[in-house]
Amino acid sequence: MNAKKKRRLAFAAALVAVGAMLAVLIRFGLGQNIMYFHSPAEVAAGEVGEGVAFRLGGLVEKGSVSHGAGAEVKFRVTDGKGSVPAQFVGVLPALFREEQGVVATGAMDAHGNFIASEVLAKHDEKYMPPEVVAALKKSGRWKEGAE
Amino acid sequence: MTGELGQLALCFALALSLVMAVAGLIGTRTEANAARRVATSSALGFLVFVVLAFAALTYAFVTSDFSVALVAGHSHTLKPLVYKISGVWGNHEGSMLLWVLVLALYAGMVAFLQRGGERLTSGALGVQGLLAAAFILFILFTSNPFLRLDPAPFEGAGLTPLLQDPGLAMHPPMLYAGYVGLSASFSYAAAALLVGEAGWARAARPFMLIAWIALTSGIALGSWWAYYELGWGGFWGWDPVENASLMPWLIATALLHSALATEKSGAFRTWTLLLAIAGFSMSLIGTFLVRSGVLSSVHAFASDPTRGFFIMVLIALAIGGALALFAWRAPTLQGGAAFEPASRETALLLNNVFLVAACACVFAGTLYPLILDALNGTKITVGPPYYAITFAPIFFALLLLVPFGPQLGWKRGDLKAAWHSLYPALGLAAIAAIAVLAIVAPRTIAATGAFAVAAWLIGASIIDVRKRKGARASAFAAALAHAGLGITLMGVAGTTAWRSEAITVAAPGQSFTVGPYTLRFDGVSRVKGPNYIADRAHIVVMNDGKPGAVLQPEHRLYPAEGQDMSDTAIRTTGLRDLYLALGDERDDGRFALRAYVSPLAPLIWIGGLLMALGGMLSLWGRLRAPAREPTAPAVVQAAE
Repeated sequence: MNAKKKRRLAFAAALVAVGAMLAVLIRFGLGQNIMYFHSPAEVAAGEVGEGVAFRLGGLVEKGSVSHGAGAEVKFRVTDGKGSVPAQFVGVLPALFREEQGVVATGAMDAHGNFIASEVLAKHDEKYMPPEVVAALKKSGRWKEGAE
Repeated sequence: MTGELGQLALCFALALSLVMAVAGLIGTRTEANAARRVATSSALGFLVFVVLAFAALTYAFVTSDFSVALVAGHSHTLKPLVYKISGVWGNHEGSMLLWVLVLALYAGMVAFLQRGGERLTSGALGVQGLLAAAFILFILFTSNPFLRLDPAPFEGAGLTPLLQDPGLAMHPPMLYAGYVGLSASFSYAAAALLVGEAGWARAARPFMLIAWIALTSGIALGSWWAYYELGWGGFWGWDPVENASLMPWLIATALLHSALATEKSGAFRTWTLLLAIAGFSMSLIGTFLVRSGVLSSVHAFASDPTRGFFIMVLIALAIGGALALFAWRAPTLQGGAAFEPASRETALLLNNVFLVAACACVFAGTLYPLILDALNGTKITVGPPYYAITFAPIFFALLLLVPFGPQLGWKRGDLKAAWHSLYPALGLAAIAAIAVLAIVAPRTIAATGAFAVAAWLIGASIIDVRKRKGARASAFAAALAHAGLGITLMGVAGTTAWRSEAITVAAPGQSFTVGPYTLRFDGVSRVKGPNYIADRAHIVVMNDGKPGAVLQPEHRLYPAEGQDMSDTAIRTTGLRDLYLALGDERDDGRFALRAYVSPLAPLIWIGGLLMALGGMLSLWGRLRAPAREPTAPAVVQAAE
């Protein structure tokens, strides 16, 4: 084996080693840190365990928004099939409205309340988070062209 | 009329780009002098017609010509002039036209500067012409900005208020100058494969630098915008759209370093070619992610499946074609020059390994949710914790190694001497770590480590500058950029570890505290802006019970668009930001308020600015140096 071939072989071996390490790291990272999206219907059906972080998306139910002491806000997220009570402490985004799309990150507590750590409302009139559209389509509440 | 003129100009541009492609590729043959002249002049003509098309669309926006559907859909007579202009690229169709404009500007620069051999330049123009033709076809068939509305409406629908902001007016052109700038390196690399010329790295250097400077500034601008506009004080969220701009940056950074080795010592010849292809591929994938509507984001204008399909085919052809060319031609090229384990080449090799690995992590995290959704409809997101355990350690390791590169010589370096000369930087890192542990609470390992590494980078940059004293200005480019990296790191670590937050619901006259500040809420008044109505809060910073500065965060309603926006108020000392956002009004007349104190936040963008300045310094030196290799190669001189 000449020097050039040797160098190529060493290079290939190093490349495979680095690639394998990277693949393991990414696989491990993804295994630990992905967050699922669930619709209110799925939550109501008991598909989501207590304390598991996930994203909840749907419409803010009409007449469900109430303010507690301080900066606490309570509201319900619905997709027509299920309705989940949610709590949030903080300042809601400017576009948060009743009967508008919302996606919240958080987890269920022992009493079946969704404790939100972050609330995102849709960006503008025309825009609806795709997950919310999918959830509404699934529950039959989605009207084509009603956007 | 201007709409039709714009469309006509675009059709001429298409024809010229095809001429440029054919003539440019023919011009890679030794004897084809005439074809090369045609390629050069058609590139300049192509630029002229694209500028005309873009000017026509801009004119339609500025004059609020609502007979153009795009203007009616995205503009409004009451909008301030600057946002009428930025509205041109605040939508899918216009932003694609901006993309082609930037592509044309780079083609024009390649044609005008004529860097590298004439066959190489001609081939680069040919590839640039192919890309241009593909994108103009995409515009004409799926995203024509000049379509008419009949009858024309009296008023336009307006522009999302989120986009009516000076930072965001500049962000897309900057980012595109970077994204599309990588097309020049791509074209040069493809041309180098075609003509078998090794000197391409030197010829393409200024274009790599311009693209990198623009990407760096564009990302910094976007992050700054997110910080002050979105109202939660975050500067980076690992959002897929942010990742789409980070991936080309990581590859472009790797390319800058590896191309330097190729040029100075002949190492990594084929690898640098591959990186040039990968860099623009990342830009294309980023464009696909952002423009095809597969992502849910404020950036995703289009959700038309034919567009997504068209872009996907375009990407497959560009990347597949380039890789096929690479597989076919790369084995015939001269292999990379050898180097010792302790050399600057090794340092640059490690730089590349870490940058590409970091990019792979971002790539996996960004695309995994899309793949999973396509496979079985499972909707997931990959959040910051993933990047904290994959991207962060890799990037951290990279930063630890950065100071060694400039201290090592080409071909054969002296690791021991490099290590000795870096002792003062090591001392500075230790002092920084101890100072952070002693002074600042709460104590965190991550922040202490980050400050030590930042001091290590900045200290090494100072050592590098002292070593090069008296050299040309461009010799300090690397030191400046590396120091900028350290400064950004301090900003990121400082804000992440020591930010204080207060969320309160206050009645007028009430006071509250956040971090070291006591603030008095003096109520809200109604004010009228050019195209919005705002609730403006008056919040006074109290100094020992005496009123000081007044901050006025707003909650705006844009009637034309029917949308709400919050406008934050930030008071900065340069080292610390006081950040206020006004929330909703409660039934009892109280208002929700959010306040942050973000220590060192401004350093994030100051560091970014220094990195971009480092790039500019290098570019300045490059444009003054001769474009072709000197007759006696630098390598031989160094070995003597």
